[in-house]
Amino acid sequence: MKTIIFKSASVYLLPLLLLFSVFILLRGHYLPGGGFVGGLMASIAFVIHSFANGVENTKNIVKFHPGFLMPVGLALALLAGSLPLFTGETFMTGLWMDQPVPVIGTVGTALFFDTGVYLVVIGVTLTIIFTISEGL
Amino acid sequence: MSNPYIVLPVIFQLFVAVTLMFSWTNKNLQKLISVVGSLIALLISISLLIKVNQEGIQTMQAGGWIAPFGITFVADTFSALLVLLTAISGLAVSVFSVGSIRNARVRFGYFPILHLLIMGLSGAFLTGDIFNLYVWFEIIIISSFVLITIGGEKAQLEGAIKYVAMNLLASVVFLTAIAILYGLTGSLNMADLSLQVAKVENRGLVNVTAILFLVGFGIKSAVFPLYFWLPASYHTPPPAISAIFGGLLTKVGVYAMLRVFTLIFVPDTFLTTVITVMAMLTIFSGGVGALMQNNIRKVFSYLIICHIGFMLAGLGIYSTLALAGAVFYLVHDIVVKTNLFMVSGLIFKIKGTYSMRLLGGFYKEQPLMSLLMAIPLFSLVGIPPLSGFWGKLLLIQGAMDSSNILLIGFILLGSFLTLFIIAKLWSEVFWKDPQILPKKEHIKYFDELKPLKKRAMLASVVFLSILSLGIGFGAEWVMRIAMTVAENLMDPSAYIQAVLGT
Repeated sequence: MKTIIFKSASVYLLPLLLLFSVFILLRGHYLPGGGFVGGLMASIAFVIHSFANGVENTKNIVKFHPGFLMPVGLALALLAGSLPLFTGETFMTGLWMDQPVPVIGTVGTALFFDTGVYLVVIGVTLTIIFTISEGL
Repeated sequence: MSNPYIVLPVIFQLFVAVTLMFSWTNKNLQKLISVVGSLIALLISISLLIKVNQEGIQTMQAGGWIAPFGITFVADTFSALLVLLTAISGLAVSVFSVGSIRNARVRFGYFPILHLLIMGLSGAFLTGDIFNLYVWFEIIIISSFVLITIGGEKAQLEGAIKYVAMNLLASVVFLTAIAILYGLTGSLNMADLSLQVAKVENRGLVNVTAILFLVGFGIKSAVFPLYFWLPASYHTPPPAISAIFGGLLTKVGVYAMLRVFTLIFVPDTFLTTVITVMAMLTIFSGGVGALMQNNIRKVFSYLIICHIGFMLAGLGIYSTLALAGAVFYLVHDIVVKTNLFMVSGLIFKIKGTYSMRLLGGFYKEQPLMSLLMAIPLFSLVGIPPLSGFWGKLLLIQGAMDSSNILLIGFILLGSFLTLFIIAKLWSEVFWKDPQILPKKEHIKYFDELKPLKKRAMLASVVFLSILSLGIGFGAEWVMRIAMTVAENLMDPSAYIQAVLGT
């Protein structure tokens, strides 16, 4: 799509949507949101950018193959799940820091698990969309 | 006894899958990781079975949420035994894949998906929560969808559509049944359900739910009249994939049936009659179906159905002896069926066809390999003292005790049909005079493979053949485990106590 308005808007939308997706990710522990929704939003940010500027340009922004995010995210989620095993507790038990971190709040293994989901969703969605648009 | 490490077989497979995904582009490294990972998984599951044998039922509450509210993982002898068998088949298939899977399939992530499938299977065996069981079933079928379509040949896609359609239908039925059960009792924990279902006054609705479970698991384990998808799809993917499908996928359905119909729904006469009739017809239709086939893999596919009938018969008789027979047969069947599909792959690699009519003279050309292949083939028939014999013996004894003459007749008929089919296969493939087969261009023949690949394929067949010989000759030991399993199934109070702690 070659409209100037859309093209220039997409430049500003990309970082805004990415920021918003991180907000949704962090918000998700007690309120609606979380890794899955956040990941979808982050990939929508890239999809909008690719609509306006073409897939090639979006790929240049991402730099690496988005499929690589899948094992990274899975590894992060697996690590978050199995950390309690090392302290003798059961799989998937939430371990929490004593002191809250400013802005984010109390950090626990649940956050890492959700971040893992976030990365996997971005990886899967972008791989699918990039592969499909290559065939067009 | 609470033990946080019983999910290790599941987590470890995920770990292997993730490691494999990191080495996505390096084919040889992937093969190495897969084989080493499967070996370690085998050791983990052996230690789990030993621990369960020594210390009794182990439980784990995921995330520390107490049963019946959280998700419970339970390792009793039955679960630990099946996790061990999954690891054994997994190792054999992983080694066989090193030799037989084409690089194009490896590049599309064959190995990570294989390990995710094994993870799903181990999870399904270990979970003590009915909804979680559904989730593991989903993981299994999603991984198997990918495996059955990977490579994208025309026949594969056709088989996959039938497979996907029927399995999704089974999932819908299964999920509906869970929903009704949850509406009736307000619980999803299987041990808790065992107590709650007994209290429900509306017995009609309980029976309907039981039948829904029977249909859902029946489609998955391919019993009469819901088996049509199996012979339509299992012969299409590469042999390594049909080996793990044939060995394990239908058996999860059998496991779920054995678990649900001993723990949650204690069958009344109506239900056992339905199961017995289904078992008889499954044995009959599987055996007769196998008679008609010419493609070796289709023969084995129908034989899977026939032998699922034996296991179902054990549930239909519903006595300790018969259940022990079903469990023994399950152990034997997983090892032998995995092996047989690998054998068919080996025959294909050497001769370039699966057709019995075209094959021949195998014994003259490859005498040693033929003797090796004779082991799984005749174990399947159950010539004493090979492994298939003992399970059937227990089943017939069980049927005698409940004086179910008709069922004994069908079990004998099924054994006879199997014997006839295997004898026919043996004379066609191994003894008949060979024909000159035209060399096909797109197949890489066994002789053209690298020595390492040849050895990998042979090693996995040898490994499983030795194991099935071991089951046959060490039958007493296996039978003791099978009896323990059957006693636990008939009297689930130990299971319930281990989970709920009351």
